[in-house]
Amino acid sequence: MFPKGTKRKFSDSGDEPAAGGEDVNQPSSVAVRMLSSYSLQRQSLLDMSLIKLQLCHMLVEPNLCRSVLIANTVRQIQEEMTQDGTWQIMTQALSAANAAAQCSADRLVATEVLCRQTEATQGEQVLKPFPAVGSEGCPAEEEEEVVVEEEGEGGVTMSTVSPQAPTSYLPGTFGMDPCWEEENGEDEEEDEDSEECGSGSEEGDSDRLVGDSRTAEQVFGTFEIKNPAPSPDPALEELFSDVDASYYDLDTVLTGMQSAPKMGPYDLLESLSSHGPSTLSSSTSCRSDLNELDHIMEIIVGS
Amino acid sequence: MLKYTFKGVGGGNDFQWCFSQVKGAIDEDVAEADIISTVEFNYSGDLLATGDKGGRVVIFQREQESKNRPHSRGEYNVYSTFQSHEPEFDYLKSLEIEEKINKIRWLPQQNAAHSLLSTNDKTIKLWKISQRDKRAEGYNLKDEDGRLRDPFRITSLRVPVLLPMDRMVEASPRRIFANAHTYHINSISVNSDHETYLSADDLRVNLWHLEITDRSFNIVDIKPANMEELTEVITAAECHPHQCNVFVYSSSKGTIRLCDMRAAALCDRQSKFFEEPEDPSSRSFFSEIISSISDVKFSHSGRYMMTRDYLSVKVWDLNMENRPVETYQVHEYLRSKLCSLYENDCIFDKFECCWNGSDSAIMTGSYNNFFRMFDRNTRRDITLEASRENSKPRAILKARKVSTGGKRKKDEISVDSLDFNKKILHTAWHPKENVIAVAATNNLYIFQDKIN
Repeated sequence: MFPKGTKRKFSDSGDEPAAGGEDVNQPSSVAVRMLSSYSLQRQSLLDMSLIKLQLCHMLVEPNLCRSVLIANTVRQIQEEMTQDGTWQIMTQALSAANAAAQCSADRLVATEVLCRQTEATQGEQVLKPFPAVGSEGCPAEEEEEVVVEEEGEGGVTMSTVSPQAPTSYLPGTFGMDPCWEEENGEDEEEDEDSEECGSGSEEGDSDRLVGDSRTAEQVFGTFEIKNPAPSPDPALEELFSDVDASYYDLDTVLTGMQSAPKMGPYDLLESLSSHGPSTLSSSTSCRSDLNELDHIMEIIVGS
Repeated sequence: MLKYTFKGVGGGNDFQWCFSQVKGAIDEDVAEADIISTVEFNYSGDLLATGDKGGRVVIFQREQESKNRPHSRGEYNVYSTFQSHEPEFDYLKSLEIEEKINKIRWLPQQNAAHSLLSTNDKTIKLWKISQRDKRAEGYNLKDEDGRLRDPFRITSLRVPVLLPMDRMVEASPRRIFANAHTYHINSISVNSDHETYLSADDLRVNLWHLEITDRSFNIVDIKPANMEELTEVITAAECHPHQCNVFVYSSSKGTIRLCDMRAAALCDRQSKFFEEPEDPSSRSFFSEIISSISDVKFSHSGRYMMTRDYLSVKVWDLNMENRPVETYQVHEYLRSKLCSLYENDCIFDKFECCWNGSDSAIMTGSYNNFFRMFDRNTRRDITLEASRENSKPRAILKARKVSTGGKRKKDEISVDSLDFNKKILHTAWHPKENVIAVAATNNLYIFQDKIN
């Protein structure tokens, strides 16, 4: 529904001259204004870096130096985006998008809100029409492309961030990286939100889009100010009290044990990030810890 | 001792490089395992060792100069080949451990045998390479095929005689230094005391005794208590060539720390800290990545050290910490291409660098099978290419040039035509003569100076 709404909006802006001017504010001009080529380059660099970090999961342990350098680059971009306010904008965009995702009725509103130009209203829950948001769900919609095209290979543009969004995993619809999809495929079932949205939507696209929003959240979420890794389940702690946890820390994360599901790329980002509280709920991390521990137990037991 | 003068780098009248030999397969399809990952001359220069991704070590030996062919100054021929490391599997982490040889370092020769250290990501091995070209005949207690003789049948005593035999070279692993590194080993360096050596991984530096394999001293540990705070890793380390208590290690942030082992057991606080202040005008998102040091080498004199980062080579005076004394641009034309190089990961390539025997010149590799040499005295530099086309015996190497401006002159190559898959990461310079070894993917090129 979301992208459809967006699409309608964009094509409408061509057909119907702006009446009230409140929501038909030429998104293209807004976009052009907003997205100077520097921002675009920076955004694309950020996306590229995130992809690189996520592709670390191979049979061989990834190069730590390379991972650290990429993570530092991402952090640098994030700091700069925080300084010039772009980060907050995206944060709000996603939180509104997610709020919109909860209820189908709100979607249209959210769409309009999204398309509204609002440089002055950053404090409110108002969003800028980040093209990537539109492009994610509507790869075939060329009309919007004034901005979308400039995004380049914006598969992972991740323009939306939500600090409050429930934890979720990649729906894997990007078609960008097979192993990425593979890794997160099983998590789709756990992803209640996408089902929720799915039921309410009339378009397959909207699922994807909302899903993408959450993906963005997933990825960006880890760079929010967040706590260090939440404390593990005390029962498990006891069980493995003599295992040297530090040995597995970054190593395990970086390597992403093959059969251990979803000690995913975001855990990698999380552990490399220097920021504070996690946006992931502790149940998620425990879940991945549990999977990891299961794996270890299997090895020990030799099953 | 150092008998030559190194006059012209830029293909001047005095000095020119010519092709000598090339080792390795010719065909276009390069097997991953054959890619050379390290090159090292021994102390005399008579032996040249290479390690590859398949875990093999190949040692070449220089033939004695023969009077019959005065023009070919000692060719290098295969002396020994052995499998140093095998692929392993870390069951605990479900990861493969690559058998790729990251570094080879020769030990000073103490007897007829030669010894070297070779390392992959996790394990260091000391190999002894010995040759036999004589065998004894006429034993008393056993007969010719080795069976013991019946003692009652021995009625006379004789002295066995040594007879020549076909040379047989065998390599045997004498020490295995394992389980001391959680992270990937990037450097090993033999100390000037000839008894100890250091090994460095991404976060730690360990000191070993060559005779002791079950114990290693951790002398540098930069692992943060909270791995989320990790922002810097160790990229290379080396022992000082004369002072056995001094070593340096470089980082991914472009800094070098010199440590004195006499100061403390754990050298976490450096004695000297080398860092060049950043030029604010050239700052970009890639500044940190290109400042990451990929190699550090002391000069033979021990007074200077050289560092290689992505675009340049810097020579530092150990007495001056705040900036290098010399900076040489290797391929500055890549600065405008950093985004593409980041995308294809080439920006993470780790180039090595080396000094010549007299410390008057330095050499490092680049892309398109180019390598660069800088003369520190004349400040001249030259770009040469390791390619099969220039591989006729004693063919003089022509200087190459990359055109940076709009107009490309004849014989120049434009930046966009460079082949970034053909990278020269590993080069070595003979310790005494003008002989260099250049590894181009799976081929090893040997060049020497022209004999007039």
